[in-house]
Amino acid sequence: MSLLDIKDLRVTVDDHEILKGLNLQLKPGEVHSIMGPNGSGKSTLAQVLARRETFTVTGGQVQFNGKDLLAMKPEEAACEGVFLAFQYPVEIPGIGNAYFLRSALNAIRKYRGQDEMDAMDFLPMLREKMKLLEMDEKYLNRSVNEGFSGGEKKRNEILQMAMLEPKLAILDETDSGLDIDALRIVAAGVNAMRSPDRAILVVTHYQRLLHYIVPDRVHVLVDGRIERSGGPELALQLEETGYAAIEAAARGASRG
Amino acid sequence: MATATQAIENYAESFRGFEQSAASHDLLWLRQLRQSGFARFGETGFPTTRDEDWRFTSLAAIAQIPFRLARNGHGPLSRNQIDCFRIPGVACQLVFVDGRFSPELSSSGQLPEGVEVASLAAQIARDPGAIEPHLGRHLDLQRDPFCALNTAFLEDGAYVRIRKGVVLGEPIHLLFVSAAHDAPTVCHPRNLIVAEENSQATILEEYVSTGSGATLCNTATELVAGDHAVVSHYMIEREHNQACNISTLRIQQGRSADVSSHSVLAGGALVRNNVHPVLAGEGGECLINGLFIGGGRQHLDNYMLVEHARPHCASRQFYNGILGGHAHGVFHGRIIVHKDAQKTDARQTNRNLLLSDTAQIDTKPQLEIYADDVKCTHGATIGQIDEEALFYLRSRGVDLASARRLLLLAFAGECLDRMKPGPVRVHIEKLIHDSLAQIAHVSHDVPLAPQEAALGEPR
Repeated sequence: MSLLDIKDLRVTVDDHEILKGLNLQLKPGEVHSIMGPNGSGKSTLAQVLARRETFTVTGGQVQFNGKDLLAMKPEEAACEGVFLAFQYPVEIPGIGNAYFLRSALNAIRKYRGQDEMDAMDFLPMLREKMKLLEMDEKYLNRSVNEGFSGGEKKRNEILQMAMLEPKLAILDETDSGLDIDALRIVAAGVNAMRSPDRAILVVTHYQRLLHYIVPDRVHVLVDGRIERSGGPELALQLEETGYAAIEAAARGASRG
Repeated sequence: MATATQAIENYAESFRGFEQSAASHDLLWLRQLRQSGFARFGETGFPTTRDEDWRFTSLAAIAQIPFRLARNGHGPLSRNQIDCFRIPGVACQLVFVDGRFSPELSSSGQLPEGVEVASLAAQIARDPGAIEPHLGRHLDLQRDPFCALNTAFLEDGAYVRIRKGVVLGEPIHLLFVSAAHDAPTVCHPRNLIVAEENSQATILEEYVSTGSGATLCNTATELVAGDHAVVSHYMIEREHNQACNISTLRIQQGRSADVSSHSVLAGGALVRNNVHPVLAGEGGECLINGLFIGGGRQHLDNYMLVEHARPHCASRQFYNGILGGHAHGVFHGRIIVHKDAQKTDARQTNRNLLLSDTAQIDTKPQLEIYADDVKCTHGATIGQIDEEALFYLRSRGVDLASARRLLLLAFAGECLDRMKPGPVRVHIEKLIHDSLAQIAHVSHDVPLAPQEAALGEPR
């Protein structure tokens, strides 16, 4: 059974249709990549799955773990196991990183009927994950993402993912703005999360990240639809040819 | 409905009765002080919104309600009724009911030598010579009719004196209780705080009410900080939703004195908080930190007048406002840099969050600079809760109500962070949690402790 099952998803923003009938299935344990040119709807897909309310779903269905994802609020989706690593993580002055993470973790634990975690159990777990991502302890008490560099913000996203242990992790352009060292660290963090009961959806413009996080399937999103799917070799091929050929084919198909 | 003249006549009648029987009315200087106060109020009456300093705050309600002077009229308050207002870890707690000192309700504690804390009325009777050089010397009767009125009806309040070089670690808690009455009542507490050279102290003025009914508390504090004195002053307003509170804190700072004023306005119907420091010695520093949290139809007006009179002084103003419902907030930050005050460094920031379409904020910086080598900056922002941050928190599993509360707490926390750690800060943190839970219509995720529940007056 699919963990994520998207059927004919149609989404508009301000009466402008962004996703025009998108289909996608992910099984537990799989890593898929969504690639595509700017404006093709990649980030829209990522945010709709995290239940951002600024988008209007005009058609289609999304089943997550057998439940109707589109009926969920963002916090419900998170508690059910959806995690979005933001392309642009938000700075929240005045809320400490560790406090924020514990609030999130406990909200999810509460939803699942588990006991809340106290600071004594929480902090050692957090420190261990931070070590994995080579994050300095000073980030524990600093405000969420405030004054973090681009690379630090992305590492912080992966840290949250590691702490919250989602069933489905969506990485929205996690590679953008990272130097090669940061990219390796982030990729190692993601790879450590690969497991038979977790699916990962890597949204990216460039093939670079896929050297480090090798996907099982690659999908090319053009103008709101998946135009081509294949194995990891498809990403390499795109690196050579670019998106132009697929875009041209898509235009031809929609005319015809 | 009373006209402006009727309002003045109402107070004039009250004043004639008061001045004959007021404590220490036989002291000439005190009698003259009271008379000068009333004479000034008689000339001006209550300000109107045509007055620039009162542009955003209508006093029509205060002028129209026939407040009666509260004099021994309150029913007995028991210690039980006050217990919920006690703060652990303070040096002492003086309780004033309708402006009058209540020895039965107060806890004097063990004060170190060199610290005098007493009722002003008792101190005037005991040692008028120690009071006369300070009382009424700093408050500006000409500028503010409420200060004039307070001076006219000056009788009791708190007297605090920290002698030269004495450091008091624990805070002094001055609790002003508006008691329940059948008819609208007014009181005019007057406080005098003298922190002598090289002394150090923390003073909390807190305004609360028991019961309900229209009340007007018109309070004034003169705080004299001697050379190199370090004083933290806190003002908390959390009366019920029919209470009017007009307060003035007039600070006179000596050379290299370091004074911080922290105001938290959370309760009351119509509230005006004036903070007026005069940096009268070289190298003085002043922090004016404020937070106002309003909902319902509350009107919370923050008026600052910072006067730089001598060179090399620094002042910092930070005010954060959170307003929901139909609440109306005002921030008026006036900075005057006098001709001699070269190398002044004055900064002012006012940030506001509006939680509803019907909440309103008026923010007005006003800089008057007569020196030529100074640094003055000001800035104001008005916004809503950051939707991006809200979504970010929710995407991590935090529900909408908790996410809103977290963001509001973070915003209010900026003011909290400027307060020194200690019992007062802990107390204010609790108050903020409580106020924000009410204002944002979000629930506590833990049940209220009985004490906290008792603090939460309906607003």
